[in-house]
Amino acid sequence: MSKEWPLWEIFIRGQHGLNHRHVGSLHAPDAEMAVSNARDVYTRRKEGVSIWVVRSADITASSPSDKGPLFDPAEDKVYRHPTFYDIPDEVGHM
Amino acid sequence: MYAQMVKSEGGDAEATPEELAFQARIDRDEKIEPKEWMPEGYRKTLIRQIGQHAHSEIVGQLPEGNWITRAPTLERKAILLAKVQDEAGHGLYLYSAAETLGVSRDELLEKLHSGEMKYSSIFNYPTLTWADMGAVGWLVDGAAIMNQVPLQRTSYGPYSRAMIRICKEESFHQRQGYHIMMKMARGTPEQKEMAQDALNRFWFPSLMMFGPSDKDSVHSEKSMAWKIKINTNDELRQRFVNETVPQAEFLGLTVPDPELAWNEEKQGYDFSEPDWAEFFDVIKGNGPCNRERLATRKDAWDEGAWFRDGLTAHAEKSAKRRAAARHAAE
Amino acid sequence: MPSLPDMNTPNVEELAARAAKGQSHDPHLENVELKPAFFDWLCRMGDSTLILGHRVSEWCGKAPALEEDIALANTALDLIGHTQMWLGLAAEVEDAGRDADRLAYLRDAMKFRNLLIVELPKGDMAQTVMRQFLFDAWHHAMLTRLLSSTSPRVAEIAAKALKEVTYHLERSSDLVIRLGDGTEESNRRMRHALDILWPYTGEMFMTDSVDEAVAAEGIAPRADELRTEWVETVREVLDEATLDLPKAKADAQKGGKSGRHTEHLGFLLAEMQFLQRAYPGAEW
Repeated sequence: MSKEWPLWEIFIRGQHGLNHRHVGSLHAPDAEMAVSNARDVYTRRKEGVSIWVVRSADITASSPSDKGPLFDPAEDKVYRHPTFYDIPDEVGHM
Repeated sequence: MYAQMVKSEGGDAEATPEELAFQARIDRDEKIEPKEWMPEGYRKTLIRQIGQHAHSEIVGQLPEGNWITRAPTLERKAILLAKVQDEAGHGLYLYSAAETLGVSRDELLEKLHSGEMKYSSIFNYPTLTWADMGAVGWLVDGAAIMNQVPLQRTSYGPYSRAMIRICKEESFHQRQGYHIMMKMARGTPEQKEMAQDALNRFWFPSLMMFGPSDKDSVHSEKSMAWKIKINTNDELRQRFVNETVPQAEFLGLTVPDPELAWNEEKQGYDFSEPDWAEFFDVIKGNGPCNRERLATRKDAWDEGAWFRDGLTAHAEKSAKRRAAARHAAE
Repeated sequence: MPSLPDMNTPNVEELAARAAKGQSHDPHLENVELKPAFFDWLCRMGDSTLILGHRVSEWCGKAPALEEDIALANTALDLIGHTQMWLGLAAEVEDAGRDADRLAYLRDAMKFRNLLIVELPKGDMAQTVMRQFLFDAWHHAMLTRLLSSTSPRVAEIAAKALKEVTYHLERSSDLVIRLGDGTEESNRRMRHALDILWPYTGEMFMTDSVDEAVAAEGIAPRADELRTEWVETVREVLDEATLDLPKAKADAQKGGKSGRHTEHLGFLLAEMQFLQRAYPGAEW
């Protein structure tokens, strides 16, 4: 097995967000690619966001206890939203 | 489910004080976080379950990916591609959750490729017509959601957070599938025939997704105590049938089960068990697409090695160059 | 990596926001004489993004890493989105009752106007990445010019697409540099990819009567006007990637813009158009 790309922790500050928030992790060969992968994976390219990446190995942690943040997909990809699909009421909740 | 037949590692020995304290935390609905003390059995069972779930997401890209280049309109193509892309993302979130337990993604992939770890049986069935894109979204995602919604409350923090994110993104998947089914069921006679055929082929494999009845399973009891399994397989299966049958009726399609009948007393449907012999056979590798699916994933990985290595090499070289430049400047 | 021209001219955001609505009044749409050339030119844009999007989407589920799988799907999704806008406008210009889907799914190969380079098989990741870069460098230069098109509809689509294509070019340039500079094998593969693709690049800059007609109206630049910028971008990136600019003829392969395609397009369309062809008139 060849060498694995290191793991990075991704922090994002949204358009109207306050602090950067941890959104998840990903693999990338270096910091620059971690940033561009984060754009593709965690923002689906929504603009106006600021991304920080930190190598997971470089994090010193106490006992973490943050709640999972959520991110909206890009606004113009309406088909990612459930309400885009008109399902008749009779069918019930879906 | 996406994680079927996950063997749990709970030992039968007397519980130690640590184990009792750990169980008490879980009973109080506290989340267990990485690096906190946990029984080895809990850690191993989680790696197996999350890993299997992650594998299912990425192998699950293939049956639908199969139709991206044949989607009938530009909009359907975009929707399907976005959905299959989400599955790659969900695989990524889940592998990341597993990685917090001290296993690397590459190790997990090795185990998938060698056949040591499994993925959901459902993805070993072929997608033969466009209606299958509807049936997969409606039934397969429907069944998956049935299981994933309660898992948002699972005891392991990173897993729970991954499930929350996944459930949010996945909410459009089932609806887009049902939307395709509506178009097909109300379309030309040929489209309706395709829709019925898709339901015929995917009904029982979807019921199998919940795994065999867990009445007799000790593993499942331990996993439930640890809250890495929230409901029994049978509960979820029943709930799925109860929700899905009226949806099929609305489409004017027939669920391929002559035994299906409303049971007033239990306020749910009676239905036939899937063919469990077939299920075990598929799990063992004898389903219609097992070999192809695994070979596709393995080839993608092997043929991508030079790409991953090339990027690693560049990253190392430029780090060295930067260090040398810094050194020269000092 | 090349420094990209600043795209934050004040009107870009506004232009882009109007693209989705497609309601700006555009006098060019009423110009009967211009219609055949304008239609053809729009099909060249839309067909190129359609066919490239199709090729990129073939990677879904099969990319070398999950992160790359997701990134490739984003690129394909963007290109499909551009296709909907370009072919949608083409259908309006034509005004013959067709829409973007009918143009995409019910024309045969000889009616397609895409550049040949986009229909070549996806090959390995080296060919996919190199093609994306060579195309992006052209695409970016083209869209940047189109911001000042005399056609408000064209300018709006360009503004919307440019936001995404700026990112495409950043990413593909970066990958070309990294893989060119990576290992011996990745360098060899990138060289090989460049050799295969190079003879198809000249077609981007060939100016024919269609280009001249839309250029005369100020709708789009003449194709050959983009060459200098493209060569500069490509030279800079290849240089950093330790790859040489090929010596082979860049314009040996051509014809896509006027409907003369490679053998590959027929197979691609057979697959892409299968359902629409097998079940005429059905709704999906």
